Amino acid sequence: MISRVAAAGTVRYPPLRLALAAVVGLLSLVPLGYVVASVASAGSGIGDLLWRPRVGVLLVHTVLVVGLGSAGSVLVGGAAAYLVERTGLPGRRVWTAVLAAPLAVPAFVISFGWSSWQPGFAGLLPCVLVSTLAYYPLVFLPVAAALRGLDPAVEEAARALGDGPVRTFFRTVVPRLRPAAIGGALLVALHLLAEFGAIQQLRYDTFTTAIYDQYQSTFDGSGASALAGVLVLLCLLVLGGEAGLAGRRRTARIGGGAARVKTARTNRFRYAAPLPLTVIVVASLGVPAGVVVWWLVTSTSTAFPAALLARTAGSTVLLSAAGAAITTALALPVAWLVERRRGLAPKLIERAGYVGNSLPGIVVALALITIAIRYVPSLYQSTAMLLAAYSVLFLPLAVVSLRASLRHIPPELDDVARSLGLRPAGVLWRVTVPLVARGAGAGAALVFLAVMTELTATLLLAPIGTNTLATQFWSYSSELHYGAAAPFALLMIVLAAPATLLLTRRA
Amino acid sequence: MRRSLAALAAATAAALLAVAGCSSGSDSASATTKADKPTLVLYNAQHEDVGKAWADGFTKATGIKVDVRNGSDFEMANQIVAEGKASPADVFITENSPAMSLLSSKSLFAPVDAATKAQVPARYASSAGDWVGVAARSTVYAYHTGAPMPKSILDLAKPEWKGKFGISPSGADFQAIVSAVYAVEGDAAATTWLKGIKTNGKIYRGNTAILQAVNAGQVQGGVIYHYYWFNDQADGGKNSNNTKLEYFGHQDPGAFVSVSGGGVLKSSKHQAEAQQFLAYMSGKTGQEMLSAGTAMEYSVGNNVPANPKLTPLDQLDSPNVDLNTLNGPKVISEMQQVGLL
Repeated sequence: MISRVAAAGTVRYPPLRLALAAVVGLLSLVPLGYVVASVASAGSGIGDLLWRPRVGVLLVHTVLVVGLGSAGSVLVGGAAAYLVERTGLPGRRVWTAVLAAPLAVPAFVISFGWSSWQPGFAGLLPCVLVSTLAYYPLVFLPVAAALRGLDPAVEEAARALGDGPVRTFFRTVVPRLRPAAIGGALLVALHLLAEFGAIQQLRYDTFTTAIYDQYQSTFDGSGASALAGVLVLLCLLVLGGEAGLAGRRRTARIGGGAARVKTARTNRFRYAAPLPLTVIVVASLGVPAGVVVWWLVTSTSTAFPAALLARTAGSTVLLSAAGAAITTALALPVAWLVERRRGLAPKLIERAGYVGNSLPGIVVALALITIAIRYVPSLYQSTAMLLAAYSVLFLPLAVVSLRASLRHIPPELDDVARSLGLRPAGVLWRVTVPLVARGAGAGAALVFLAVMTELTATLLLAPIGTNTLATQFWSYSSELHYGAAAPFALLMIVLAAPATLLLTRRA
Repeated sequence: MRRSLAALAAATAAALLAVAGCSSGSDSASATTKADKPTLVLYNAQHEDVGKAWADGFTKATGIKVDVRNGSDFEMANQIVAEGKASPADVFITENSPAMSLLSSKSLFAPVDAATKAQVPARYASSAGDWVGVAARSTVYAYHTGAPMPKSILDLAKPEWKGKFGISPSGADFQAIVSAVYAVEGDAAATTWLKGIKTNGKIYRGNTAILQAVNAGQVQGGVIYHYYWFNDQADGGKNSNNTKLEYFGHQDPGAFVSVSGGGVLKSSKHQAEAQQFLAYMSGKTGQEMLSAGTAMEYSVGNNVPANPKLTPLDQLDSPNVDLNTLNGPKVISEMQQVGLL
């Protein structure tokens, strides 16, 4: 190991991998570049489009939804994690799976459930409620995992030194959950900045929905790119906020000792815990599922369109599989470089990927459309461009999974293979790739899920005649044809469920 | 591990091939298919089912296939402008005429065949002869039964109407109505009116959502097009049984009849077939699909009377507006300035 660190000091990048990774990194930067370029080229004209009351309203709305939605997710996700991990409630594993399940249900299906059931359900508070219900698992999963892994010795020490149980909890447990909770909250914030379907359904305008309106009224007009500029700025603020919020307080300790995992102790919430958990599950899964089924059963306006459903499901699965495959393939050189080489280049390329991922689908789509129309008309309205958008949006999902499995493969295996006469490309293909297959599979599953429920970029970029379950659902539900929309929502959930289940079991 | 990798690779390859197959299938289709009958590309900003009905009917009658891309009026019009000569579109149809006049002002349409022009009265067609009407819809005020009605759409900008009515400013329908107010009342008066509407109106997304809210009593009334109400009535009236319609009449700008246009792109490589499709939509068969079908939009073709359930167009006393002067981009920018967009 030590020799390896020394060897890594003399950085040598395999040229092909570096080139591939650099191309991927550049692709991720295209949307940001587009926003910067269009804001710069619009010059003073952009001022009129930015300094108007409407932009102020949108700013307030966006900040409220993102702030309250993230806070709500931390509260609900954190409380759920505590109840599941620390009360000794029976059926912990089942609860974990069920509480993670809203990840398989797109936010716009949850909002559909609520708003088609209660037409008056609209505005800020409903937006915050639906955001929380849709995205709390992003906090619940990491916090639950962190709770499970905490060494109980610290708590025992605090108790022994005279702190009561509540004080002990807030002084020793909460600080150690902070990184997991903040990481989750930032993910929620990024998702909410990009959220389109749910927020539009609940009739509350944020930057993302306003950009879509501008797009519908002006196509690639400067009004849309001006708003996109502000939205991108907000995304970068959230990304930068991670460093600030995570704080400098040390929660690590030196020397693990014999770390034990706290055995689930029962406390007085043990039998009360199922009640709030049930409320969460009913609100996030029960209501949408129930309403979808209700529309299916009671709808008279449309016959069950089996052929259209099958066709749409087919093209959705194909697009998702292709998106997952391509994104995972593109992620491989990036993950390898970041995990195995140090230096500026890998770091920059990795960061570029995160920037692409944190930009809303609507900005990525606008950027690709504008560039294709101006410079590569043959790519315009092609499946290739849609897949490129998916790669930009979801690359980090695959990179993270690949890195996790690369980390467990001793780099010495590469050296051995080299010493036995394999060329670098051969090493990658015959040694590395087979060993990371599991991580690649998990990453691909994540991308598959994300593509399947993607709405905004698909709405803008799908080639003529291509519909996905999400866009078809959207087109029916925005005409308020609830009965016609319902089967598409149901199918989306059914198709997403197995992949989600696999992933939560892994977690 | 090896096997799962192989399976992953195989699945990847299969998916890629299938996607490539899909896309190349439609690519080659948009060029020329076997029996040298081209496939037309229709940019459809009309309701999906209306565009699809015309496309399917045309294919049945002529054997010429039509690929449909769906979108909204200004999105597709601006898209065609951006695409320029490279646009894959052969024919463009809209819900409202301002998107047509946008393309007309940029000379992107080919002249309409004389025989096709003769099928549609001049007041429902472009004065430049480069597009014709294919359908029409009347502005109405839908109100909760018993609620007060405004005399004119201009009244809605007055303080006493604050919070009493719904609009859908992000949709091309309301934008067309605004453009009619500009055309009838002039810029200064119309901008003042628009500011009042911004202050007074409750914002909804889409005419159906407005109708639903009016029916539920969440708002007293709303500005929509007539056919949303008739469609819902035909469907059982779940969203409209507690509502009534007011046609403003008296050549009020609120009595504006918006014309859905159809035109052939100058850049189309299949001029003859595209003209044939336009002739079909605005001709007897295409128009009868409107008057006899379930769309409840007005037919505009000569000698094809509207659906008998509707008040005939010539009894609506709508304002006289030269459709090609309706200025979409200006209205959008005014609505941006006022803060409705």
